[in-house]
Amino acid sequence: MATADPLLRVDNLEVNFGAVRALKGVSLDVREGEVIALVGANGAGKSTTLRSISGLARAKSGTVTFAGTVINKRTAPQIVRLGIAHSPEGRRLFGGLSVAENLRLGACTRSDPDGVARDTEKMFVLFPILRERWKQLAGTLSGGEQQQLALARALMAAPRLLLLDEPSLGVAPLLVRHIFDALAELKRQGMTMLLVEQNIALALELADRAYVLRTGKVALSGIASELRVDDRVAQAYLGAAE
Amino acid sequence: MSQLEYIIQQIINAVSLGSLYALVAVGLSIVFGVLKLTNFAHGDVMMVGAFTTVLLIGIGMPFAPAMLCGILASAVAGFLIERIAYRPIRNAPDVTRLLTSLAVTYILENLGILLFTSSPRNFPLPDILNTSWQLSGGAITFTNINVLTVALTFVSLIGLGWFITRTTIGLGMRAAAEDMQAAQLVGLNVNKVIIIAFIVASAYAGLAGVLWAAQAGVVQPQMGFTPLLKAFVAAIIGGFGSISGALLGGYMLGALEIFIVAFMPDVVVPYRDAIVFALLIAFLLFRPGGLMQPNREIKL
Ligand SMILES: Nc1ncnc2c1ncn2[C@@H]1O[C@H](COP(=O)(O)OP(=O)(O)O)[C@@H](O)[C@H]1O
Ligand SMILES: [Mg+2]
Repeated sequence: MATADPLLRVDNLEVNFGAVRALKGVSLDVREGEVIALVGANGAGKSTTLRSISGLARAKSGTVTFAGTVINKRTAPQIVRLGIAHSPEGRRLFGGLSVAENLRLGACTRSDPDGVARDTEKMFVLFPILRERWKQLAGTLSGGEQQQLALARALMAAPRLLLLDEPSLGVAPLLVRHIFDALAELKRQGMTMLLVEQNIALALELADRAYVLRTGKVALSGIASELRVDDRVAQAYLGAAE
Repeated sequence: MSQLEYIIQQIINAVSLGSLYALVAVGLSIVFGVLKLTNFAHGDVMMVGAFTTVLLIGIGMPFAPAMLCGILASAVAGFLIERIAYRPIRNAPDVTRLLTSLAVTYILENLGILLFTSSPRNFPLPDILNTSWQLSGGAITFTNINVLTVALTFVSLIGLGWFITRTTIGLGMRAAAEDMQAAQLVGLNVNKVIIIAFIVASAYAGLAGVLWAAQAGVVQPQMGFTPLLKAFVAAIIGGFGSISGALLGGYMLGALEIFIVAFMPDVVVPYRDAIVFALLIAFLLFRPGGLMQPNREIKL
């Protein structure tokens, strides 16, 4: 497996919103079992990158290849079935549905009830609060609880690749720690993740490698532990604020 | 006749009328939930069910199977409307979709007039359903069609409750109504969710159409207009797009209409509909999300 193809390869992706060029040729790859951080200032194109991978945004050009299949013409539900789950920015839970119902919909592409039941138990271990809130409407949970539910809902699809968009957004600091502990546990279990995060320190601590986006382009990439002490990361952020 | 008996009689009337309103409003709300579209053709789908039932009874079929066929005909009509008329314009601007919905209404009504003329036809209700019950020496009366209406409403709404809380596609309907993109993101087949929502809503319209016509004693091609209007009011009172809100709104509207006539001074009674629509306007102005969704903005 030494020369195995990456699980996900994004190649020269360009995405426009009308006149806004959100992505101007982004390339990155994620290998099986890796945690990759995607960081950068607000508006750099991080969410758009994730949305083009999961089929919510359409690329003008470039390709997304997942496990050997070109997926950027597929619909979002098809992409979930291929094995990519996306926990989106702002969580996007079904607020009028209970915790149980949200998780059940997370698993709606699966046809192995036993596996779903096992994974539900796993979610209770990872996020014990979900068991307590089981019957409660998702809209009534706190920000941190909602974020845990959003992660669990994505995990219920039993994905091969997990896309995470700002799991610390709107979460109380104490719970941020808790959520990143859970992500570290997932990493230990071998889950492949592409993580978008405003909190660079946290992201680089968890990730194996990282890409720094700046106004729709990859400004910098490398080993996470090296980027942690690299001044150019901070410069990339400052540059975007010019 | 004692005061108590009079009140009980009015409550019976309110529950019976409210059931009809609730049935129509629930169907309207299901479609609004997934498409964010006021389906004006909903009333005409009721008409399809009612006419089918009347025609089948006319050729000798008993009431119950004829009604089932009527419900089925409505479901098929709903399926075709979604496929032919609404799906191609799903992402079009609201005005386009609203006009399409009106166009479907006109096409169906005129088709009805061409086939059956616009004059009302008698609804051949079997004798057993016309049988009336007299309680308290005739102070309280109701007929079996009232009983059937309330019973079928309850049973079908319990069935709907089961569907939207226990089945994946039913949960998907509620999820898609809240956030279509997030529904796709968990892998729900949105086309399937929408078409099933249409079929379910149209089956409800069929049931409501048959019961409405059976109570009125007649069918005619424009019969869907009044129920649509009432259901619209009921849905807004309850909170448009919310199924439980539609249910609540339907029964509240039924009660309001009956109680205005029963308990208000005679000078007020002729203004029943005016009062109802004043209430509608008040809701639209001050509480556009209805009773169930106090914070929501309404979008027609
Ligand atoms: N739906 C959209 N319509 C128009 N512009 C958008 C849309 N989504 C994102 N953009 C623009 O694309 C750029 C990248 O946005 P985004 O990917 O959300 O950045 P990030 O997640 O890094 O903060 C921004 O300039 C943003 O304004
Ligand atoms: Mg973002």
